[in-house]
Amino acid sequence: MNERHVDLEILRYDPETDEEPAFQTYRVPCQEDWVVLDAVNYVKDVLDRTLSYRWSCHMAVCGSCGMMINGEPMLSCKAFVRDMPDRIRIEPLANFPIERDLVVVTDDFMDKLASVKPYLIPREEKAIEDGAHVQTPAQLKKFKQYTLCINCTLCYAACPQYAHDQNFTGPAALALAHRYNLDSQDVGRGAREDVVASNAGIWECSFVGACSDVCPHEVDPAGAIQQTKIASTVDYFMGLLTPERDR
Amino acid sequence: MARSNKPIVWSLFAAGGTVAAFITPVMILVTGLAVAVGLLPAEALAYDRMLALVQNPLGKGLVFLAVFLPAWHAAHRLRITAHDFGIRADVAVMAVCYGLAALASVIAAFALFRV
Repeated sequence: MNERHVDLEILRYDPETDEEPAFQTYRVPCQEDWVVLDAVNYVKDVLDRTLSYRWSCHMAVCGSCGMMINGEPMLSCKAFVRDMPDRIRIEPLANFPIERDLVVVTDDFMDKLASVKPYLIPREEKAIEDGAHVQTPAQLKKFKQYTLCINCTLCYAACPQYAHDQNFTGPAALALAHRYNLDSQDVGRGAREDVVASNAGIWECSFVGACSDVCPHEVDPAGAIQQTKIASTVDYFMGLLTPERDR
Repeated sequence: MARSNKPIVWSLFAAGGTVAAFITPVMILVTGLAVAVGLLPAEALAYDRMLALVQNPLGKGLVFLAVFLPAWHAAHRLRITAHDFGIRADVAVMAVCYGLAALASVIAAFALFRV
């Protein structure tokens, strides 16, 4: 197999000893079929056991190995080294505080995610013996794409709005709210609107579209947010016309 | 959290965007290029015919929509573009952008009302 030597410049930070993050360079012999995560694993296994980063599945399903690779948020398990230059700069995901090395604190995203109630809110509880909830393929197709989110937070690292104002609910959480709003079994749209249709919700988005560019599963959060804007605009004017209606 | 009032400007932005994408190019073609390149005879846009168009109530309304909606679209787009360029004086930007759009709307309405 062809080996190629690649210099990984990895941003290191240990909050207990370091004043501020600094780059450390490792020379890694890479195989033709390696992804960046393989190279980072080589550093950890062979060169420097103190390196900290998150990863689990190595197949773009778990969403934990997101990193800034040459300045772009990517899943390191999906980024092939053969497509990269001989120097690869690896940093923790932008717009999140660093916990240590490449590990970031995602608490803010987790709070935002919970705030949009990303779960089914059914009209009424149905006992198991009453059988399954029935949904047609057409009803499923309306929201299927938005179910593919793996919470990797690449979209938050890419979003200039989130970088500017961390109150912004952000792409993934809003796309998941949209996913449940579109679900024929769900009646929770009104309950989600207080967060979704606030100034810090969909209206903070200026449709740059970076979230959709970096999404590893082509969820298209930017599209979800624009669709939500249309629905919320209709709500807004309906609410003005029929103020007594329960919003 | 309180629900946003942005749907007011955003609905004008969205409607204006639709007009700007589908109608404005046709208007440019018809009023700006078609006669010049010989697609239409010159008398198609003769003064009398244009006057008759904007004197007709339906014609007035359509011309007003074709002018005022893209103006609000442009205003909101410029506000967001300013934001994306890092200009954070949103109230001042809003005043200038929406003020110009409002002015354009008033001038269009006044002009159409007078003919």
